[in-house]
Amino acid sequence: MTIGNWLRQHGKACGAAARRIAGQPVNTLLSALVVGIALALPAGGEMLLVNFLRLAQNVSATPQLSIFLTLDANKKDSQEIDARLKRHVLVRDYRYVPREEARSRLKQTEGLAEVIDSLPRNPFPDAFVVTPKGESPEQLENLKLEFANYPKVEHVQLDSLWVKRLDALLRLGQMLVTGLAVLLGVALVAVTFNTIRLQILTQRAEVEVSRLLGASDAFIRRPFFYFGALQGLLGGVVAWVLVLAAAYALARPVSRLASLYSFNFALRPLPLAESLFLIAFAVFLGWLGAWLSVSRHLRDIEPR
Amino acid sequence: MSALRFDQVAKRYPGGIEAVSGVSFEVGKGEMVVLSGHSGAGKSTLLRMIPAIERPTEGRVVVNGQDVGKLKRSGVAILRRNLGVIFQDRKLLFDRTVFDNVMLPLAIAGFAPREAARRVRAALDKVGLLEREKAYPIALSGGEQQRLAIARAVVNRPSLLIADEPTAHLDPAYAHDIAQMFRSFNGVGVTVIVATPDEALFAPYGARRIVLDHGRLVTEEAVP
Repeated sequence: MTIGNWLRQHGKACGAAARRIAGQPVNTLLSALVVGIALALPAGGEMLLVNFLRLAQNVSATPQLSIFLTLDANKKDSQEIDARLKRHVLVRDYRYVPREEARSRLKQTEGLAEVIDSLPRNPFPDAFVVTPKGESPEQLENLKLEFANYPKVEHVQLDSLWVKRLDALLRLGQMLVTGLAVLLGVALVAVTFNTIRLQILTQRAEVEVSRLLGASDAFIRRPFFYFGALQGLLGGVVAWVLVLAAAYALARPVSRLASLYSFNFALRPLPLAESLFLIAFAVFLGWLGAWLSVSRHLRDIEPR
Repeated sequence: MSALRFDQVAKRYPGGIEAVSGVSFEVGKGEMVVLSGHSGAGKSTLLRMIPAIERPTEGRVVVNGQDVGKLKRSGVAILRRNLGVIFQDRKLLFDRTVFDNVMLPLAIAGFAPREAARRVRAALDKVGLLEREKAYPIALSGGEQQRLAIARAVVNRPSLLIADEPTAHLDPAYAHDIAQMFRSFNGVGVTVIVATPDEALFAPYGARRIVLDHGRLVTEEAVP
């Protein structure tokens, strides 16, 4: 068979499947809605995860260590620590925060200015905020212990706990979304499997006659594959539209909620790559359901 | 090389029913053969072995030099594409037009649309159904449906045309037309094998007669 013939046969099979889908508008709409709603759940979850990741990255994903000196530490003590940090191979960057700066920063917080002013003396110590080179928990713990042993150090705080918690939450979310996608994917394959089984039953005579006239297995299977893939495509588009609609509907309330927590955050719809993946995934599931159904049921139809 | 050879062919169905037993004969290229015999003589079983719808339990069926029993699934499909078969129950698709029914073998063979349409109209013209190309088979009479089945069988221009009781349930005038049609195909070099209990219908066209009885070949007569 020439490439032209091969392409023509694919074109015909695709056209026949499209006509069959268009010829049953109610069934098509219902199937697309089932597929679309089922896919919209994991797709919506993915959209939320992508947004949370963006939020987490915006805030700060890099762990930091805060070294608080004792209140009686003087300039010389601060210079000693500054010198040690400068030489330290595991320190990427650090910043000295004098106690006056800490005090004036806290004073800018709404409602605290008067409280701070009423204090008899500055309660804040001098501090260093250190950004380490590595991010492994063991390395961070070792650094914390090392810094705690520096002279005139009162306390060392590792600011990575919240990052770890957020990371764990995001991982859990990712697992849930993946699990949901797998479960609903299996359900969609089953839906397509059954739809194609019914298609095969209604086209039994055509399949039988085609076999008698010398149709290859590929020729007979092709329209069913296209049917499954097109059904998946429609379902994928429905899912994408649903997620997009949800993103626009939730954008304002989410922004309002974020602003209450002093975050400037806007919910964004699924990015282009994820959107394309969603639709491609739906097409694949439709094709897979059709392939399984055709493999199972077409063998049963032999000419009599 | 012969167009078709049955070599000690037997067919037993589960339960020990022997439809065909020890049948051997050969059909030369361009020949016209009538397989006759009473109902249940094994005519249809023999014909169904040619496109490998049935497989012999013993012996060999050789079509254009190919042992049908040794063909794989893909080989069977290719064999069927090169045969013209008219089935006893016609096997028409009632949800497709006359045109689309005849188009099906060409679509399977991968013909370009324009060439396929030309061939379909030529085949419909040959059987006198050109003006009914947009009709559905349900709207055709029994004789017209049979002619539609013939058009579908010849549209691929096969070298071997087989027909299982093509004149069954037709009135004599229609049956005569159909017999003449087979004669005309044979006249342009197509090998024709017709299974029919009505052998007299084909006698005027010089067909060789092979008579079966209870699955055995009892008479093989050359062209008179």
